[in-house]
Amino acid sequence: MQLLYFAWLRTKIGVGEETLDLPPEVVSVNDLLHWLSGRGERYAEALNDLSLVRVAVNQEYVGLDHTVGPDDEVALFPPVTGG
Amino acid sequence: MIKVQREEFDVGAELRALGRGNHNIGGIASFVGVVRNTAEQDGTGAMTLEHYPGMTERKLVEIENEALSRWPLDAVTIIHRYGRLEPGDPIVLVATASAHRAAALESCQFLIDWLKTEAPFWKFEESVSGGQWVEARSTDDVAAARWSKKKPEAAE
Repeated sequence: MQLLYFAWLRTKIGVGEETLDLPPEVVSVNDLLHWLSGRGERYAEALNDLSLVRVAVNQEYVGLDHTVGPDDEVALFPPVTGG
Repeated sequence: MIKVQREEFDVGAELRALGRGNHNIGGIASFVGVVRNTAEQDGTGAMTLEHYPGMTERKLVEIENEALSRWPLDAVTIIHRYGRLEPGDPIVLVATASAHRAAALESCQFLIDWLKTEAPFWKFEESVSGGQWVEARSTDDVAAARWSKKKPEAAE
């Protein structure tokens, strides 16, 4: 799976993008966020408050129950502040 | 027309180009967002805009299509910059052209309100001690939410 991180999620995790092989138990966005949180302190801190994390799968906003698969592009970022 | 670019844009040239030659157009409304100097203490006032290439363009097209479906518009221009910007620099231009002013003015406000809550851009404010990411404002959500209920009333 291709993962992208933006804004303070990028700076906290330390990379802007990475490709990861997911274990079979990761089915939903919620599963993915919890699995990522277990990958180390940086991830745990970045994903500490999920109310501040927006998720896009293949460049569309999705909710926590959205299904994710190995061919998806998943982006994690804070609420947007453009304009 | 959607553009996501690092370079500054020329508001006059963009407005002149909007729907050029289309004599159905009776009015053009525009909004220009500018970097405000909010620097306190050790801030420099400059900021850097990050975005999500690909999704940004996709969301802007979606927002434009939504405006086109709600109002009788002849032309739309949305330009949003990214990269490092200083106080006074223009960040975003939204311009709409229609036969009548109400559709142009209302859709212009709709577009900037939706853009602020939907388009994946993030502002980082510089400071001497390093800087900080700007937090989203709940008032922006309120501004966008009112369009989810209100039906446009494009007056003749």
